[in-house]
This record gives sequence, C-alpha cells and structure tokens, in this order.
Amino acid sequence: MMNGTLRYWRLLGAQVRASTLTLLQYRFDFFADGLLEILWAMTALIPLFVVFRTRESIAGWSFGEALLVTGWFILLQGILEGAINPSLTSVVDHIRTGTLDFVLLKPADAQFLVSTAKFQPWRATNILTAAVVFGYAFHLLERPPSPWGLLAAAFLLFTSTLLLYSLWILIVSAAFYVVKIDNLSVLFTSIFDAARWPSTVFRGVVSFVFTFVIPLALMTTYPAMAMLGKLHSSSLALAAVGSMLFAVLARIVWLGSIGKYTSASS
Amino acid sequence: MSLAATARALPSLFKVSFAEAVAYRAEFLIWMLSTTMPLIMLALWSAVAREAPVGRFGQKEFVSYFLATFIVRQLTSSWVAWQMNYEVRHGTLALRLLRPIHPMLTFAVENIAAQPMRLVVALPMAVLWLWSVGADQIPRNPARWAAFGLAILGGWLITFLANFAIGSLAFYMESSIKVMDVWLALYFVFSGYLIPVELFPPALRAIAGWLPFRYQIGLPVELITSAHDRGTALALLGGQWIWVAVMLTATILLWRRGLERFAAYGG
Repeated sequence: MMNGTLRYWRLLGAQVRASTLTLLQYRFDFFADGLLEILWAMTALIPLFVVFRTRESIAGWSFGEALLVTGWFILLQGILEGAINPSLTSVVDHIRTGTLDFVLLKPADAQFLVSTAKFQPWRATNILTAAVVFGYAFHLLERPPSPWGLLAAAFLLFTSTLLLYSLWILIVSAAFYVVKIDNLSVLFTSIFDAARWPSTVFRGVVSFVFTFVIPLALMTTYPAMAMLGKLHSSSLALAAVGSMLFAVLARIVWLGSIGKYTSASS
Repeated sequence: MSLAATARALPSLFKVSFAEAVAYRAEFLIWMLSTTMPLIMLALWSAVAREAPVGRFGQKEFVSYFLATFIVRQLTSSWVAWQMNYEVRHGTLALRLLRPIHPMLTFAVENIAAQPMRLVVALPMAVLWLWSVGADQIPRNPARWAAFGLAILGGWLITFLANFAIGSLAFYMESSIKVMDVWLALYFVFSGYLIPVELFPPALRAIAGWLPFRYQIGLPVELITSAHDRGTALALLGGQWIWVAVMLTATILLWRRGLERFAAYGG
C-alpha cells in the first residue's frame, strides 16, 4: 500500500514535469497568458469596486468580506483551468479518436493517468492575484485572519478542489455516452462564474442548486467565511462529508463508464 | 465577380450556412447557454437593489437591463477571429480565397445565417423580458424601434469587423487568439455587459465614451430600455456608426496587407 502511494506521487511528479517542459518551449506565451489571467481577474473585481461605491454592505457582506469570496473564486478558477480542465478535456479527445485504449493499457490507474495528463502552470498567476486580493481585503477589514480560520480555510481549499475535480469527472464520464461534449467545459466554467459572489446574493431555487446540486457556495463562500472566523463547525463537517460523497460518486460513475467503454478502433 | 452575381449567390450561401448551424445544433445550444454572465451580474445588482435603488435602477430595471443585455449579446455575436486563426494556420483559407466572393462576405453570411438558431434561446428570453418590464413599458414609438434595429446592426458590425481585423492579425503572428482575449476582457468591462454604463464612476465612464465597446451592447440595450432622450440617442447612434466606419477601414487595411503575407501550406 505504502509503496503504491509512493509510486503514484512519483508518477504525478513526472506528469507535472512533462507539462512544464512543454510549456518552457513557449516562453512568450507563458508571460502573455499570465498577464491575461490578471486582466480577467480584473473583470471579476471591477464590478465589486463599482457596486460598493453605492453601499456599505450587500446581502450581509461588506466590501472586504466580499473581496475574500472573489479572491477564492480567482484561486479556484486557477486550479480549475490550470490543473483540472486541460487534462480532462484531453480525455474527450481520447474517447473520440479511440486512443483511450493506450491509456487503459498502461499499468497504472486510468483515472489517475487521465486526470494528470496535462497542466497549465501559467494559471499559477491566479494564486498570486488571489493572494494580493486576500491581502487587500484584510487591509480593508483592519484585522488579520485568525490562525484557526486559516487552518479551516486550508482544509476547505482541499475539499473545494476535490469537489471541482469530482464534478469534472462526472461530466467527463458523460463523454463515454454522448461523444461530442467539447464545449461542456465552457458551459461548466460559465456556471462556475457564479461562484464569484457571496452565496447570499442568490435567492430561492438558484440558491438551493448552488448549495446542494452544484455546490458553488461550499467552494468559495465557505472558505471566505472560515477566514473571517464566521464559519460554524457544522458547515465545515458538511463541506467535508459533501466533497467525500461527490468524490465517491464520481469514482463509481467513472468505473461504470470505463466498463462500458468500447474503443473506436476495435 | 460582378455585384449581381454575388447577389445571386447569397441565398444559396445563406441556405448552406443555416443548414450547417442546424447540423451542429446541440453544440450551438451549449454555446448559447454558456453566456451566463448577464444573469450572474443580475443576481449581484438585484441584491444591491433589494435594499434601495441605485440611481434610476430598481430591481425591476436591473432585470429589464440584464435580460436585454443577454438578448443583445446573442444578436450581435460573431466568432470569425477564431475561424480565421484556424483557417490561416491550417491553410484552408486558400479554399475560401479561390471562391469568387470576398471572404469577408462569406464569413459574414455564415455568422448571420446562425441567427435563426440563436432565436431559440433569445426568444424565450425576450418573452421573459416583456413579462418582467410589463406591457406599458414597451416603447410604442416606431422611431425608437427603428433606432434599436439600427443600433443592433451597428453593434453586430463592430463585433464582426473587430473579429475580422483581429483574425487578419493571424497573417502577421503565429496566433492572434490572445489579442482577441484582451479585446474580450476590455469588452466585458467597458461595454455595459457587467455594469450599466450610466452607473460607471465618472472616470471610467469618460473612457468608455471613447471606446467602441459600449456601442456593441450598451447602446442597443439603453435604447430599448428607454434610457435616452431623442437628442442623446441620435448622438450616440452617430458615434456608433463612426466606429463602424473606423473599424471597416482598419479591417480592410489589415486584411489587404496581411493577405500578401499568406502562404497556404501545400499550396
């Protein structure tokens, strides 16, 4: 067991290295894309600056607090588009062209291999942008986050990433049944766009969907609340249980789909 | 090819392009559903207006504004920059150049022919819009509708020409998709897509007035939601068509000079 885990860590290292090497061939792109990411982050921040010119608080959130949520959105978007999206988009290509056979033949877990096939390290600029946003937010709030809050937030970073990843596996599993889903990634990213505001902004059915069906609230609002020391420990438990459930469900659906996979060539 | 011959070819071109849009209907639908941003912005602004109105915008005005934004975005969209980048890189642009019709026209027809497909999503949204603003708020003055139609046409032309100009940049560089991304980010901020232009802080508003973006979405939306008196509306329409002329000139220049550099692979 221990040996197996170690082997997968080394495999992960090799996959990340391969992506980075490919990237180093296109150095200009690296900087251009980094700058673009910052520009896109601005489109999430500017509306907040404009909205909070008219108000002290919106839906129970002050400017500094709302900035924390948007900071988490920028951070998770970086993870989504840097580490999750690229790999899983290539699965869809594998399925369509039939080359998934080659992945399945390799002596390692297929889900692991396809999930780590491709990284886009320039999205790391999102982490820096998010750090700046967090810094500015706490400057406005005029107090530092509590150590306990930071610890909870770090834990939620893990559960949020797991949630995003599991949702993605579920979507990719659909590719085994309906082949043409290239732009489902675009649809998913645009739904995730709603995670940029505190979840109390949404009302009614939408609010229910964003908590339980596509748990956007768990991904960005909860970590922001944790940083503020406002998150109840039961919510922390909900996030943990919820993300584990999604992960298990994703794994079961993935195994089911791969069992049904008939290659395109044979 | 003479003008008359081009005119004769247009109906068939439209038919072919429309058939293509129908063939890829599922993908097309997903693309359209992906424009969630007006609704996301609506959620934020509604939360703001729930407590007290902002300027002349109450919750109802925001609903009306952002639903109109959604519809106008559908009606004025174009994706030629991506098509051109692909065709220049793969050399398939050569096939288009062989045809006796200017590529600008064939690209335009392809984009316009997809409009009936867009209505599938835009029409229900329009019904929702009508329902939300109430029958008494619909402009009755035909002149206003004419101005709206003109603004939509101008908005689409600016979008299309910008796409074509940036697509033509693919002749000069490896890929101009990133230029398009920068354009899109600026368009998001300055067009009124995220924030109604009249709610901009003064400095941002002054900049927006000089840029083409607000004429792509903001102006048509403002005209249909009755934000302007006649004088301002006409002045803004004038500004929009000046931008159409500027974009047309820039596009033709970029295309002509770029085409000289084009060497199709295998050709």
